[in-house]
Parts: sequence; structure tokens; C-alpha cells
Amino acid sequence: MSVNGAPVPASGTRAAGVRTAAGGGTARGYAPGRTLPLRVEFVRQFRRRRTMAMFGLLLALPWVLVVAFQFGPAPGRGGGGLRISDLATQGGLNFAAFVLSVSASFLLAVAVALFCGDTVASEASWSSLRYLLAAPVPRDRLLRQKLIVAMAYSATAVTVLPLMALLAGTVAFGWHDIQVPGTGETIPAADVLPRFAVVVGYALVSQLVVASLAFLLSVGTDSPLGAVGGAVGLVIVSTILQAVEALGSVREFLPTFWNTAWLDALSPDPDYSGMIKGVAVSVTYAVILVAFAFRRFRAKDVVS
Amino acid sequence: MTLRGGRRTFAAAVALALVVAGGLAWSLWPSEPRVRGQDVAVSVMDGPAGDQRVTLDATFFPPASGGKAPAVLLAHGFGGSKDDLRDEAARLAGRGYAVLTWSARGFGRSTGEIALNSPDYEVKDVRALVDWLARRPDVRLDASGDPRVGIAGGSYGGAIALMAAAYDDRIDAIVPQITWYDLADALFPESTGQGPEHGVFKKMWAGLFFSAGGSALSGAAAGGPAALAGGAPGSTRPNADQGAGGSTDTSTGTSTGTADGPAKDGKTGDGTGGKMGGGTGDGSGTSGRAQCGRFRPEICDMYLTVAETGRATPEAVKLLRASSPVSVPGRIRIPTLLIQGQRDSLFPLAHADANARAIAATGAPVEMAWISGGHDGGGSEADDEWVEERTAAWLDRWLKDSPVPGVRAGRTSAGVEGFTVSRDGGRDPGTRRSVVVHAAAPSYAGLAGASRTEVPIAGPVQPIANPPGGSPASVSVVPGLSSLLGGASASAGVSVDIPGQAAVFESAPLTKPVHVTGSPSVKIKVYGTGEVTLFAKLYDASGGRLAVLPSSLVSPLRVTASESGAETTVTLPAIDRRFDAGHRLRLVVATTDMGYATPSAPAAYRVGLAGGAVSLPVDASLVTPATGPAWWTWAAPLAAIVVAAGLLLAGRRRTVPDGGGEPDGVPLRITGLTKRYRNGEKAVDGLSFHVEKGQVLGLLGPNGAGKTTTMRMMMGLIHPDEGEIRIFGRRVVPGAPVLSRLGSFVEGPGFLPHLTGRANLELYWQATGRPAEDAHMEEALEIAGLGAALERAVRTYSQGMRQRLAIAQAMLGLPDLLVLDEPTNGLDPPQIAEMRAVLKAYAEGGRTVIVSSHLLGEVEQTCTHVVVMRRGRLVFQGPVGDLLATRSPSGGPGPRLEDVFLDLIGESR
Repeated sequence: MSVNGAPVPASGTRAAGVRTAAGGGTARGYAPGRTLPLRVEFVRQFRRRRTMAMFGLLLALPWVLVVAFQFGPAPGRGGGGLRISDLATQGGLNFAAFVLSVSASFLLAVAVALFCGDTVASEASWSSLRYLLAAPVPRDRLLRQKLIVAMAYSATAVTVLPLMALLAGTVAFGWHDIQVPGTGETIPAADVLPRFAVVVGYALVSQLVVASLAFLLSVGTDSPLGAVGGAVGLVIVSTILQAVEALGSVREFLPTFWNTAWLDALSPDPDYSGMIKGVAVSVTYAVILVAFAFRRFRAKDVVS
Repeated sequence: MTLRGGRRTFAAAVALALVVAGGLAWSLWPSEPRVRGQDVAVSVMDGPAGDQRVTLDATFFPPASGGKAPAVLLAHGFGGSKDDLRDEAARLAGRGYAVLTWSARGFGRSTGEIALNSPDYEVKDVRALVDWLARRPDVRLDASGDPRVGIAGGSYGGAIALMAAAYDDRIDAIVPQITWYDLADALFPESTGQGPEHGVFKKMWAGLFFSAGGSALSGAAAGGPAALAGGAPGSTRPNADQGAGGSTDTSTGTSTGTADGPAKDGKTGDGTGGKMGGGTGDGSGTSGRAQCGRFRPEICDMYLTVAETGRATPEAVKLLRASSPVSVPGRIRIPTLLIQGQRDSLFPLAHADANARAIAATGAPVEMAWISGGHDGGGSEADDEWVEERTAAWLDRWLKDSPVPGVRAGRTSAGVEGFTVSRDGGRDPGTRRSVVVHAAAPSYAGLAGASRTEVPIAGPVQPIANPPGGSPASVSVVPGLSSLLGGASASAGVSVDIPGQAAVFESAPLTKPVHVTGSPSVKIKVYGTGEVTLFAKLYDASGGRLAVLPSSLVSPLRVTASESGAETTVTLPAIDRRFDAGHRLRLVVATTDMGYATPSAPAAYRVGLAGGAVSLPVDASLVTPATGPAWWTWAAPLAAIVVAAGLLLAGRRRTVPDGGGEPDGVPLRITGLTKRYRNGEKAVDGLSFHVEKGQVLGLLGPNGAGKTTTMRMMMGLIHPDEGEIRIFGRRVVPGAPVLSRLGSFVEGPGFLPHLTGRANLELYWQATGRPAEDAHMEEALEIAGLGAALERAVRTYSQGMRQRLAIAQAMLGLPDLLVLDEPTNGLDPPQIAEMRAVLKAYAEGGRTVIVSSHLLGEVEQTCTHVVVMRRGRLVFQGPVGDLLATRSPSGGPGPRLEDVFLDLIGESR
């Protein structure tokens, strides 16, 4: 306490007395709709080390891969190998497609799970959640604002990786038409650029399941690692299950089954049917999981 | 909570694992008991005079449905045996058929010699099998001795289906797959219509075909019946000959040279392999016969002759045609589903086309399907399933559902009715494996197509040479190679043309795509002298990649060249392929092909175009079923939104958000407040008290008395089970706006460790959404007294620093009601003294402070009033002085609060 602590509240007394008379049920200037502005939540999350580390990793990964390709032996020309990895050095677009293909299934899922799974659980683990709720930030609003910010960070992560890969690949390998894996056909860069936007958009949507599951777990636990790990665990289990062919068409409803469907957008005849199914599955799971998260948080006793 | 949350997570994980395990078990569990086949040996008299006895090794699968069921004969491919068909037979039996599979004579454990589906041998065998079926009690009969029976089979088995249908009127429906119309034409094709006598010998296929049947020589020595017992060939596909796989190791086991005469030891009902192991032979031993394996000698002799010369003799053509549907025009008059492979250089689509026309001409119902595979492999698994399903559906339609066999009500035309083509449907997005779509048309237009499109091609007259010895040769397809490589690589077949041996003619890039279904044709001119053997093929060429030879098929032709140019019309192989816009048609005419016998004499000719266009057959009526988004792609998200709305609306608590109630001046009024733990024990039990303005209230009680729980309920963090809390007259619910008049510090500080102390307070205030000038930030910071440490990250703070920062945060905005839980924990004595002064001064202006503590001295020195709790219940409420007075013992030195307290909570010494 300050040495001259006593007079301080006294000076505020008069002001408080005035306010109490006029304020009635709420403090002056308080409105539920103005609590926890998005800007504040962005700042609260931005300076965290895990945010910085994740973005640093996503921005550095394309360059690491560029260096790796420079060191590796040049892919044999004319060989039968027309896998997406063999074509990565054909140009910026090819490289970006390669980077997306190797990271979409796991790295981006981890990034999304991190941003969405950590958001509420970490507040609970720091005990700051109860002070926000007592401020008071209404529960639905707190969850909504946190969801928006977490999704925005996730979207930035999913977008920033292919864009940086495009930049790194173009710098390292030049700007060329994209060469399609398998057949080796080429598609003009100008044609494929809008499709590339579709690909990134699809990658975003396909991560919605991970995001919403992580968010639901985040609401239910005060261990951020548990929420992130749980969501990543779902990705792993789902990926394993989709390898079990005996499950037949049931696998179409696994959350990760359509994660690679965006490859169809980069073929000479783009086929969007798989992506449509993927979006449908993803949105379905996400909507229900998020609804559960809100329902659960409303009724929850916050004791952390 | 951590523990409870962890337990909940664990429970969720267990539930997920159970669901997964259940799903796996459900999908992997055998859905129905396997139908068991009964091995039987059927003794048959066949031969031209019906005097040669063979024993056929067969397996009967009784219908799973019981009762009298229609029968199906399943025939295996060349080089295979009845064992290949066990699975399919079991499935058909499960579908309600009596199924009989048998090893054809000369194969498996059946005795006898291969006669290539001759009417005198194999066809008579089938007649005997039909007789056998007619005697079964569980087979439905159309008439005495006439069972309701169909035949299905691939390749060799498909041909026996056709031949049996021609020679036995009791057969009611057939499904021949990837089989021949004219065996002579299959082995000696010619694409300008001159017939097999002038055909080009398909030497590699012929070699494989005959070696598959003739390989018994080595097998007999090494294996015998024991080798066969465990040696079921791996493939379960009914539509592929074992011979196609070059599986020359299919040791047929029994000794070679089984005699022409009746086998003396063959007895009905005795089908054990042991009996056959010592097959007697009274005619074996000539040097020529050693190469014949299990072939009939006349077949063997024919092959030895043609293989040597590369020319079909009239006798050979006659013999081969005797085993071919071409020899029985008009005699197949029953419903026929023809399934032919698009990748089949042995029995190309033209054979099925000829069969279809011949059968449809009798008025019988015929349908045609072109599947993705064939003898060259490359078929998709999905197509295999589709073939089996179509086969079963065809049998259902004509054996089960039809009241009178073989007649369709209301039949008007004599054409081939249904036509289905398997086309590449891209890749499955989930598995990345290729998908087949089935384009269908109501009628089959034939290889000429429903209409034709002319595409101009151009190129100069080019000299080409036949290399000495016919080598090196162009490569289109290597028979059996696809099977050796596992079939997967076959789809990317490599076609090689040798420079100098091939003339090339190209079209301009196509302006719009053309989907060719049928046999294209082209007119060429050949300049030179003598008889010329040529191979014509039509590539799909596009920039940037290797030209593709559709289905790897070529058309061999023989022309008698002249110096002025002999003109001839070449029928190119039947294909189904889309030539995309921008691609070119490339016609290549080569002198050699590895799969065929070509002249060994060196020669040179010139080849040019006559007419300058390729005529392409098109069938626009083939429609791929719309593969629009599945219904669930829009239904599932909509349903999810409905479910989500339901979840949220049903989860809404029925309380007025504002808590209701008229505002009044009482800072805190608690009535009948009760909160139970999960185990039912009450943490707060019927608690009621109120606090007036200006009071500093001490909330006193031992650990576990319910102080903190009460404070949490004041903050709206936990829901009371009963009773209510009102702050300034408003009921407290989670997020109630009146909480904005409450400042709180409960159960320790809560800060973002990565931010500085100042940033934490500023962001907290911003999170309340209230004007910055109302925060009284500097005054609060002065109370915290952190000095320069304010600019450090909170994670570097000591416990006491965090405590002071948290109290400052509680005082931000100078709330009318301040609730502090153990505020002096972690403070040193001077700080505690200061704290007391601050709290007293804070309450003097009409504001209210509630301080919880288990330290008596603390309460005594700070508070004006006190509430004492014990095990969730109120035990005292009133001014501190009253508390002392009520318990004042008479004449004593004055009560000590500690004694009073201990007395109150029932632990007096």
C-alpha cells in the first residue's frame, strides 16, 4: 500500500456518492455490449509467447523447406516420379501446394487447436477468467469474442503459411505455371491463382472441426494443454480410422476424411464435389460443437 | 475442478474409444454365416459319341433361403479352377440361389482334356451338370428334368456360358464376361475385314493361352494332387483368366496324357484328388504330345502348326470356330448380359459387340456393359463389385422374378437394350484412389456409334521399314505384364514406336472435346509391293505429356500393296475415351508390334492417307449419372444448425437477465442461500444476512465454512441451488449488470503473466467497456504501490506484489461494494496495517467493504460488523462489539474475541 494510501479513496468518495445516486442498477458507463472489445482480446492474446512462436514457425517453415530442397539432390528429370514432392521445386505455386500438402494434415491442425483450445482454458488456469466474468462480461459475449479472436488467429495461421510458401517458392524457384502431380500437365499460373485462393479457403474451413472441438474442450477444462491435446488427438484418431477401408463409406463422415480434397482444385479439370462434401462435414461438426461449448459455458460453475 | 475436468475428459475419451471399437466391430464382424459348399464329383460321359468318361470336380452351394431355388452355374477362367469362385458362389447362395461351381475338364481336379469349350466335350459336361441340378431337391424346376438355371463366368467361363446356351435349351439366362465371339478372330485378328485366314497371329497371347493349359507337364512331375490341395490361385476375380496372368505355374497336378478312352477308375460320387493322381494313359508318349499338356490332341496339333507358321489354316479356323458362338448363329435365344473389358487386347470389345448383335437378332433381351478392366488388367475394384452386383441383378430378373423364363413382356425392338460404360470418375477425395462412374444409355448403338464425327488429319506419305526378323518391335501392350506387376501400373501403359518403322498423321488441336465410343475408322494408302503387315493405332496427344494410346489397343491389318497405292479402310480398336479440346488425334501406322507375329523379311513401304479424316463414333445418349452433391451435403449442415439452435435455446436459464427487483440502497442482501457440492454435501446452507452502506463487514469462519463459495456466488461465478443474492436490490445472476458496481478479489489474483502489471490493469478496465476516466487508475496504482515493477511482466512478481495488484484491480472504478477474500495473505505487517487504513477509509464515504478472513485480529481491528459462518451456516451477525458483549462473562477481564469465536464454531477448549 502506498504510504499515503488513506486519502486516496477519500478523494474518490464524493465521486462515488454522486454515481451511486444516479447509477441505479449499474455502474456509470457500463453496457454489456461494450465489454471485452475484440481489440482488447486481440492485444491480450497477441503478446503471448505461444502466439509468437507459432507464427514464427509458420513463417519460417517455407524457408526451411526451401533450404532443404537446395541441399537435397536435384530430382531426376524424366523419371516416373510426379509426386507432389517431386514437383515442389518447379515454381512458387508448386512449392506452395507442396507446403500446404505436408502441413495441412498436422501442423495447421496443431496451430488451430492451439489458438482455439488455449483461449478459455488458459484464462481459467491464470484465474483471470473469474475477474472477467465478474467485471462483468456476460458469458455468451465472452465466449463469442474469444471465439472470434481465436478463429481470426487460426485463419491468419492457415493463410500465412501458404502465402509465405508462395513468396519463398517464387523467390527460390521462380514464378512458373503449376505442374500437376501424377500426369505432369501444366496449368497457367493466372488460371490457378484464383483456385489457389479456393484451396486456402478450403483449408480454413476444413480446420473448423479441430477449431470447434478445441474450443469446446477449452470451455470444459482449465488445462490448456488438455484442450489442445484433445483436439489434436481427434485428428490423429480420425486419420487412423480413415485408413481402415473396412469402414467403407462411414469414413466419409470422419472429420479429417476430406482434408486433402483441395488437391482436386489443382487438377486440370477441377472437381469441387469432394470439397463440397468436406465443407458440409466440417460445418456440421463445427456448428454442433460450438453450440455445445456455449451451452456448457452458460451453465458452468466457474470455480477455477 | 482440475480433477473433475480431467475425469470428464477421461470419460469422454473412453466413450470415444467405445464408439470407435463398436464401429470397427460392426463393420468387420462377419455379417452372416458363411454358406458352406459341398464337394461333389460328377461323372460325365462325353466325346462325339458320348462314350468317354470324365469326372468333374464340383462344389454345390445350397440356397441359403432354403426351399426350391433357381440354380446358377459359375464357370471359371482359363487356367483356374472352381476354387476361384468360392466366394462369389457363397454370396450368390446367400442371395437365394443354388450355386454349382465346377472345374472344367482338364483343369483343377477334374479329369479329361481341354477341348476349348467344344460342343462335344465341355458343352456336354455342362449338359450333364444341368441334369445333375435337375435331380437336386433344392433346385426349382420349370419342367421335369429342366431346372431354372443361369450361367455366369468370365473369359473361358463366359464362352462356355454362350456355348452351353446354344446347345442346351434348359439354360434360362447367361452373363458371359470378357469372352470371345470368334476364337479364330481373337487369335488371328485383321482390321480390314478379310477374316482370320488373313489375320495376324497374336503370338504372345496365344502363347500364354496355350501354355496355361499345357503346363501340366512339369507340374505333374513335381506336384501331383498334394500340390493342388493347398494351391488355390489367389485371385477371386471371376472375370480374369488365370492364364492372363502368365501364371504358368498353375500346376494342374494330374498326370499328363490322360488317355482318350474312358478313365477306368472314374466313379460317380468319388471326387477325391487321390483317384486322379494316377490318371492312366494309354496314348501318351509321342514326342509331339509332350508339348500338349492337358489339351486335346487335335487342339494341340492345331496350335503347333499355327504357332510355327503364324498363319491360320482353314482347318485351324474351323476348329477354333467350333468352340465359338460364331458357329451357332441364332441358337442363343435367352436373356444375356454381356460384360466386356475395355482394356482387353485378347478379346476386345468387338467380340462382345458381335455376340450382342447375334443374340439380339433372335429377339432375346440383351444388355451390354463395357467395364474398366479386361485381360490387360487395370480394372478398378469398384468395377469388380459392380460386375458382381449387375450379374446378380440380371439373374434375379430372369431367374427369380420372371414367371416364364426368357420372355420379356411388351418387348418391341430387337436391338440391344441397355448399355453401360465404365468411365474414369477421377479420384476419390478421401482415399485418393481412382473412381469409376457408369455412364448408361437406354440402347446400345454398336461400335459404329449413334453418330459419327469426322476429324481431319494430315501428314505426308511416309516411308516405313519392316526390320529384319521383325525386331525391334513397337510396344503397345504386353500380355500378362499387367498381372505380373500387380495390375496397378497397367493404367499407365507404355506405348513405344520405333522411329523409321512408323508413319505418323496428326489432326489440328481439337476445338471442342470429342467423346469416342466405338470403333473409329480411317482410310489409308499403302505404296509398295507384296503383302504388307501393318498395325494402326490412334493416340490421344497433348502438349506437355506423353501421348496416350487408349486402352493400349492396336489394329493389325494385312494389305497387298501396290506402287500406285492400295487403298484400304482400317477399323481401329473399339474404345471409350474423351479426347479433350486442345488435344490432337494422332494416327500411327507401324510395321511391327511385339504382341504379334510379323514377317521376318526386311522390307520397305510408304504409307499415306486416303481421305484425310478419321471417322469417330459418338454416342451422345450415354449419360453419366449426375454426381451432384450428395443429399447430406446440404442437409447435414442445416440439421446441425437446427440442433445447435435447439441446444442453445433449451440450455437457456429461465431467469430474468437483469435479475429483476427494484434498486434499493442495500448493498448486499442474501436470503436462504444454499449450494451443494456434487456429492450432495452442502457448502452453504440456508445462509441469510445483509450488509448496510458504510459497513466494513468481516466474513469470519474456519476453512471450509463456505466463505469463498458465498463470495463466488456474489460474483455470479457459480449458480446457487436455492436462495438468492441481491446487490443494491438486483438479483445476481451470471453476468448481471449490477456486478459492475462490485469490485472483487477472491481466491488469489488472476493476471495474464506475459503482460506488465500496468497493461493488465488497463486491459482489464478496457474489458469492462467503461470510460477510461472512471477507472481512477492512478489512485488504484498508488494503492498497489508497485513503483517501477508496474512495467515488468506479472510473471516476475512475488506473491505479495500480485496480491496488491489484484486488490488495486478490485478497486478500479471505485466500486460501491468491494469484496476481498483474505486480502492480507502474503502481506508483511506494515502493509497489513496500511491495508486496514485503506479499507476503513474506503467505507467511510458510504461505500461497503466485505472482507473474509479466518484471522480474528484482522477482523477485530478492521471491521465494524461481522458475520460468522460455520459449515455453511450463519452462526452470528452483528457489530463486532455485540459479538463481544453477548459472550462477555461476568466479572472477567473482558472477552477475548478468539474465545468467542472458538465457542461459536463449537471448538471451545
